[in-house]
Amino acid sequence: METKTDRFMQSIPEIIRTIPLTHYILLSSALFAIGVLGVLTRRNALIVFMAIELMLNAVNLLLAAFSSYFSDPAGQIFVFFIMAVAAAEVAVGLAIIVMIYRNIQTIDIGLLNKLRN
Amino acid sequence: MSSILFIPLLPLIGFLINGLSFPKLSNPVAGIIGTIPPLAAFALSLQLFLQFDGNTQIVPLLDWISVGELSIPIAFQIDQLSLLMLLIITGVGTLIHVYSSAYMSHDEGFGKFFAFLNLFVFFMLLLVMGSGFVTLFIGWEGVGLCSYLLIGFWNKKNSYGDAARKAFIMNRIGDLGFLIGIFLLFQEFGTATYQEVFEAIKAGNGSNLGLIAFCLFIGAMGKSAQIPLFTWLPDAMAGPTPVSALIHAATMVTAGIYMVIRANVLFEMSPEVLHFVGWIGLATALLGAAIGLFQNDIKKVLAYSTVSQLGYMFMGLGASAYTASFFHVMTHAFFKALLFLGAGSVIHAMSDEQDIRKMGGLKSQLPITYITFLLGTIAIAGIPPFAGFFSKDEILAHLYHHDIVMWALAIVGSALTSFYMFRVFIVTFHGDFRGTQHQADHLHESPIAMTLPLIVLAVLSVIGGIINLPAFVGGNEFLAHWLNPILPEGSHEALEVHFASLEFLAPLAAAFIPAIFAIQLYGSKKAVPAADAEISGIQKIIYDKFYIDEAYNFLFVKPIQFLSQFFYSFIDFLIIDLLVESTGKFVKSSSNELRKLQSGNIGFYIFMMVAAIAIILAWTLKSWIF
Repeated sequence: METKTDRFMQSIPEIIRTIPLTHYILLSSALFAIGVLGVLTRRNALIVFMAIELMLNAVNLLLAAFSSYFSDPAGQIFVFFIMAVAAAEVAVGLAIIVMIYRNIQTIDIGLLNKLRN
Repeated sequence: MSSILFIPLLPLIGFLINGLSFPKLSNPVAGIIGTIPPLAAFALSLQLFLQFDGNTQIVPLLDWISVGELSIPIAFQIDQLSLLMLLIITGVGTLIHVYSSAYMSHDEGFGKFFAFLNLFVFFMLLLVMGSGFVTLFIGWEGVGLCSYLLIGFWNKKNSYGDAARKAFIMNRIGDLGFLIGIFLLFQEFGTATYQEVFEAIKAGNGSNLGLIAFCLFIGAMGKSAQIPLFTWLPDAMAGPTPVSALIHAATMVTAGIYMVIRANVLFEMSPEVLHFVGWIGLATALLGAAIGLFQNDIKKVLAYSTVSQLGYMFMGLGASAYTASFFHVMTHAFFKALLFLGAGSVIHAMSDEQDIRKMGGLKSQLPITYITFLLGTIAIAGIPPFAGFFSKDEILAHLYHHDIVMWALAIVGSALTSFYMFRVFIVTFHGDFRGTQHQADHLHESPIAMTLPLIVLAVLSVIGGIINLPAFVGGNEFLAHWLNPILPEGSHEALEVHFASLEFLAPLAAAFIPAIFAIQLYGSKKAVPAADAEISGIQKIIYDKFYIDEAYNFLFVKPIQFLSQFFYSFIDFLIIDLLVESTGKFVKSSSNELRKLQSGNIGFYIFMMVAAIAIILAWTLKSWIF
């Protein structure tokens, strides 16, 4: 017995496919590039961290899009794994940032140069 | 069986005790510890000698190297030849140890000296007891080492150290030949044990025998100071006098003769090499005797006389007169050790003066040394009935039948020997004292520990001839019969010599006439050898040893030094150093640049990472993009 919700879930790939694949690729590329630029240019550790998350999610988006277009669930499974791992990573990363702040009273990564030379 | 092992072991123990505890032991204790091992070894050897039943005994000790087909055991061989060598080494060795305990008593290296002497005795025993060429070679190298250590014993003086190195290097040249000979033996026969090798040769196996014999003889040339490798022996007199007596006269230098006698089966198969041995011996005998004529250092005269006498022994070997040569080894060990120890006694009395021109008239002050030295002189000059007469004349008699030219030249050498020995004797002991007042006040006869060995050796030098008294004067030729089993058949044939023949009278004339001449010249006319500056003409050439050392220096030492200098300043300095150092400099400077990348700026690191990823990406996708 097919419910209304089931039918909606099955139609999601089709909804996704209403937008051409090129658009997804361009969007993810743009998001990824923004992330890279954020990491390169910003000095605030939190913002850098957010930029990294942005890159991760740009990749996630692309994985989901390809998954729908090629009717292969593997891509979506990857997305779930990445989100789970990213959550753990965020917890550790934020903890590190907190510790950096406690030690040097700033989270400016430009000042973290004790390994110079 | 076990007593055989103890013979070489005892001196080794003596060496270890004295060597490890030097300088804690007091001198008398060290002297006793050093003297007992050779004495005990002598007693054991004597017991073995008396109990010997004529059969060769092999005492296996250990398998030294055992790889596949190759097996090199270390074992001792007791037979007629090694027993006699054992008696000579331990007997003369003991006397010289006793002598040293007095001679070296004022030396601060006393214990060390005895340790080295014991080590020498150990290696020498190893040399003569070994049952194969490899064991012989271990002893051969060992005595070379001890010779080096003892020549340079007073190493605070540079020239003594040079003499020690010279001896070592000259011996090394000979040893190379010897080693090649051993390798060839292994190649031919797969073994270097005497019995196996000689049985194989007797069975007619093996080629290249001449080459092998020649290589082995090169080793003997180095060790026994023959032309062209003899110049180290006179320089070896830098060592303490007992060392000169033991190592450079009585035992070590006869190792070459021992080796040839031991390998007589091999040498008999290569007559051309034996011929060569004979002529080298003759040349050495004449050269040594000629240089000895005008030397003024008492030890140098004895050293050249040793070179010359060794030449006689090789001459005998060249004529296949093994018994005669060995007879001469024995008597030479007695009278040359006696002469050296007598010279040591004189030097001791003269407060370390060695120049005979500064001696003279020592007869009354050193009566025992005088008489024993006289006996030694008569023995070496070949005047009957002393030991030297019988042994030398036996060699000469064999030469007479072997090669008449050789014989005539050997007679000349014999005459020279007689002259220079009497010259040294008369100049040293007769005439007026020519030393300083200080030396005159200190003149004294040596203590009993030094005179006793002199007396024993003098007795042996006088009566030593009876060991192999020829049959025509009523002897029983003990040595010839004793050595017969290990020598080639027919070599022991007794020589009939008639009393009125040229063969008999020429050596006698060669012994007596120069002696009388020397006594006339230096005794009655009281002539004294000229001072260094006054020597001229041919006498100067002889006094300067025919400039052989200078020639070697010019031919070998200088070119090698030049070559080393060239390698040092050009190859080493300009090429190797430059290469190595510039490698280091390059690494250092480039890493200096590279460390600037390690800025510590995280942003920069990330930028580098991203840039690198971009490049890798572009590289991977290049075919796809273009």
